[in-house]
Amino acid sequence: MFWSTVALILCVKLLLIPSYHSTDFEVHRNWLAITHSLPISEWYQEATSEWTLDYPPLFAWFEFILSYFAKYFDAEMLQVKNLNYASSGTILFQRLSVIVTDFVFAYGTRELCSYLSSSGIRKSSKWGSRWGSPAAILQILLLGNAGLLLVDHIHFQYNGFLLGLLLISVARVLQGKCLMASFWFAVLLNLKHIFIYVAPAYFVYLLRSYCFLGAQSSSLVQWRSFSPARFAKLGLVVAYVFLVSFGPFIVLNQLPQVFSRLFPFKRGLCHAYWAPNIWALYNIADKMAIIAGRQLGITSNVSAAVMTGGLVQEYNHVFLPEITPRTTFLCTLLSVLPALVKLWCCPGNPYHFVRCIVLCACGSFMFGWHVHEKAILLIIIPLSFMAVIWKKEAQMYVFLATVGHYSLFPLLFTAFELPIKVLLLVLHSSYAFFNLASLFDMKKCSLCLPLLSGLESVYILGLVPLFVFENVILPLLGLNTRLPFLPLMLTSVYCAVGVLYFWLKYYWHFLTTSEVNHKRKAH
Amino acid sequence: MPFLLILVAVLLRWCVSLHPYSGQNSPPMFGDYEAQRHWMEITRILPLQDWYYNTSENDLMYWGLDYPPLTAYHSLLCGYVADFLNPEFVALGASRGYESYEHKLFMRVTVLIADLFIYIPAVWWYFCKKQSDHQNVSRNLRDGNTYSVHSVKEDKALTSHISMYLTLIYPGLILIDHGHFQYNGISLGLTIAAVAAIMQGRDLIASVLFCFSVNYKQMRKCLPKQNPFVMTGLIKLLSLASVVIVTFFVIWFPFLKNVDLVVQVLHRLFPLARGVFEDKVSNVWCCLNVICKFRNTFTNLQMANVCLLVTLLAVLPSSIDILLRPRSHKFLLSVINSSLAFFLFSFQVHEKSILLVAVPVALYLPIEPLPCFWFLYISTFSMLPLLLKDGLLISYIALTVFYSVSIMLTLNLGLRDLLRYSVKCTPQDAKTKQSKFKKQEKISAETQSFVSKKPLLVIFLLSLAGCWMLTICIATVGPPSQYPDLFPLLISVYSCVHFLGFFIYFNYRQI
Repeated sequence: MFWSTVALILCVKLLLIPSYHSTDFEVHRNWLAITHSLPISEWYQEATSEWTLDYPPLFAWFEFILSYFAKYFDAEMLQVKNLNYASSGTILFQRLSVIVTDFVFAYGTRELCSYLSSSGIRKSSKWGSRWGSPAAILQILLLGNAGLLLVDHIHFQYNGFLLGLLLISVARVLQGKCLMASFWFAVLLNLKHIFIYVAPAYFVYLLRSYCFLGAQSSSLVQWRSFSPARFAKLGLVVAYVFLVSFGPFIVLNQLPQVFSRLFPFKRGLCHAYWAPNIWALYNIADKMAIIAGRQLGITSNVSAAVMTGGLVQEYNHVFLPEITPRTTFLCTLLSVLPALVKLWCCPGNPYHFVRCIVLCACGSFMFGWHVHEKAILLIIIPLSFMAVIWKKEAQMYVFLATVGHYSLFPLLFTAFELPIKVLLLVLHSSYAFFNLASLFDMKKCSLCLPLLSGLESVYILGLVPLFVFENVILPLLGLNTRLPFLPLMLTSVYCAVGVLYFWLKYYWHFLTTSEVNHKRKAH
Repeated sequence: MPFLLILVAVLLRWCVSLHPYSGQNSPPMFGDYEAQRHWMEITRILPLQDWYYNTSENDLMYWGLDYPPLTAYHSLLCGYVADFLNPEFVALGASRGYESYEHKLFMRVTVLIADLFIYIPAVWWYFCKKQSDHQNVSRNLRDGNTYSVHSVKEDKALTSHISMYLTLIYPGLILIDHGHFQYNGISLGLTIAAVAAIMQGRDLIASVLFCFSVNYKQMRKCLPKQNPFVMTGLIKLLSLASVVIVTFFVIWFPFLKNVDLVVQVLHRLFPLARGVFEDKVSNVWCCLNVICKFRNTFTNLQMANVCLLVTLLAVLPSSIDILLRPRSHKFLLSVINSSLAFFLFSFQVHEKSILLVAVPVALYLPIEPLPCFWFLYISTFSMLPLLLKDGLLISYIALTVFYSVSIMLTLNLGLRDLLRYSVKCTPQDAKTKQSKFKKQEKISAETQSFVSKKPLLVIFLLSLAGCWMLTICIATVGPPSQYPDLFPLLISVYSCVHFLGFFIYFNYRQI
């Protein structure tokens, strides 16, 4: 049953091979070429292509291994000079590499599902059902995640592989194998450093629940119960992974060069398309102020260039103060701090740990510097696990999944992919709505969507007119060539409101959940 | 739930649309995609009298129109839309082999719309209105819900939804329509609607629908024999006949102004000049051709007569049976039998014609899952050389695996039993919800039927393995130089043997 679902989704992925691929395709091809044809010392020096290697060393090693299989498909793709090379063999190989590495994600899902069915945390009358059991729903929600299919198999990235490692690590935490969990997380961190955003949750949880013996018994910290041996073991595992990854570059004395590639602060506050976060709202407030100012005649000197400023990466605020990387860093830290404190106070509760991961990812998504819209997956994927256990989280999950996947739409702007993204979103969301509602035996309300309140339903259904406006009305009016940034801005602002609402609601939910609640009674 | 299942079917269709079509970037003749585009411009630009004639502007040698009027009207409609979107799409003469991203999008959308408006509703209508056979079908369903007993009504709904889903994701049709590029969904959808109407006893509607279908593609000619069984009285016969005549009259009306035109159209529809088969087709003639060359011994006309005779002989048993002993449940079988007979024995058959057989079989699938699935699998497999030529290998693999897994998940083929019984021969853990209220003797009866089925299952698995072996061979190993057509020929012979077996089996089932 599990592997049948995997096979079904795999077939859909195979069908998506000839679909549109973004510049990320070329980015990864270039990395294949760099790691294959150059010595290690030049991996982080090479700059023939503008898409330089900016992932941590383990990912470079991953590309290095892949390149040995790439030879058999088309050796030409391994030339650094062959910029924008996309023969059919290259496309087939790159797509297949994503599909094959996705088995890591399938494995992670399997681990979570088997934990769910064996732990007894979720008691339900529906366990006997073949399709309606919590584990069955979880596996379809994760494997058939619309966002992952859009980003990995059309847009082209390896998120399934990376998030799969995250799921494995989370599953190990749930099973109480903290050393394995920290190992997998360290590996993950060395594959893609964006996961550093959830590292605080790991740090606090492992320190409090693993390094303190008998931490489960009380929420008060007993410093005497601190176990240096455990702390050392944990440190050794993490240090080992980092040493393997960064060791060669320490020997080569290239560490500063590597770090300058990994953390480029030269980029702007927002990505080319604004991710739906606080800064999107901040930008739009600034634009509103400009328009209002022009109407009132206060500022006539503002140039028109500011209005089209969205397409270039730098955006200069006029009325509101400029945001620096330092500000965003501070905001992110402040936003996750209460959650970390709460996690510290409730030791030995792995579900709080998962919630904290969601909140860390969400905090960095809301306030981070140069956030990509794809980072929303980092919130949605761990939340899927909580959604099949608690009703409140299911309600928030269906809300966020719909909004978050919708906010990925501007990534794929080609006409052939339009029906695919709509169909995938509708399929995934309606599956989530119907099945989670029936899992929690929700009564049907004629006016609202299942699981949602009236206002939330209106907001979600508002995506439909938004979509029609952007894709039908604007082109008919001929505005899409004059104002190319308008539909993107609308999507990002509309979704930003939803994500902000989710963040506040989920934060409140996490902070107010009482300690007793985590042992859930039979439904 | 049915909504979600239909969306999955639509998603698969659109995903296949991303793949190449027949004759992409292959001048000078291109493929069926170009043929359809060419028809659009012919019907859009030329007056109706010239559609089927060879004129200075209408070169019949270059994909001349050779389908009945309804296809031409459909092309005309599409031609108007194309002209509105971009006149270059249908600029007669200047646009030979016109290919662009937008045009591919437009063509693919037209097929999808045809499916959305005709094929999918027809299948929906067939399965959701049909009342009989539900008990029979639900036995074949594999849904291990042990927690609750569905009410009978709910059970029926579930069954019909799953049957509908399985019919909609039949890979052969998706690959030919959305990959290779044709509009089979329209004529097949109309046929399904006609069958559904007959099942409900609405003979008049059925015959109208059927006439539409015949007028869309003349290959459907093989079915009308089945209609007589519903004629219980002379009045009814007259009314049916008049309906048929009126429908034909309406469709052919524009052509009836002079006789020559009609003759020319008919001549275009039934070309005898083309030879008994074109490519490697898995019918009897093509296979026998390996042993003796018909083309050298007979002229085309003689060959056509031989074909006609043999076909009539082959159709006879099932037709007589349905004429003498009309039973509603036998109707579908007789449709299968006669169309399969036409596929196997008649003159000028395309490999795509197997779809005509496959669709009734897909409708019959819930009643006898194993043979029908087997047949459907082989039918898709028999089109592999064609799909390979179009560059649709990946979508072929993906769709067949998707279809097989869906079948395994939802239907009880007995494969699971094969694994279980090979270990121990007594069914102690019969888990299906039906068996909860079945008596012990029922279970033993199942064991009996299983024991008789076991060799069949083994043959089934071997046959599927054979298909995969041939697929891998054709995809990876090049053919030996002296026999460039070795693999296509092997595939057609392999499938033909299967089809003959199925022909005998379905005839046996009917009689």
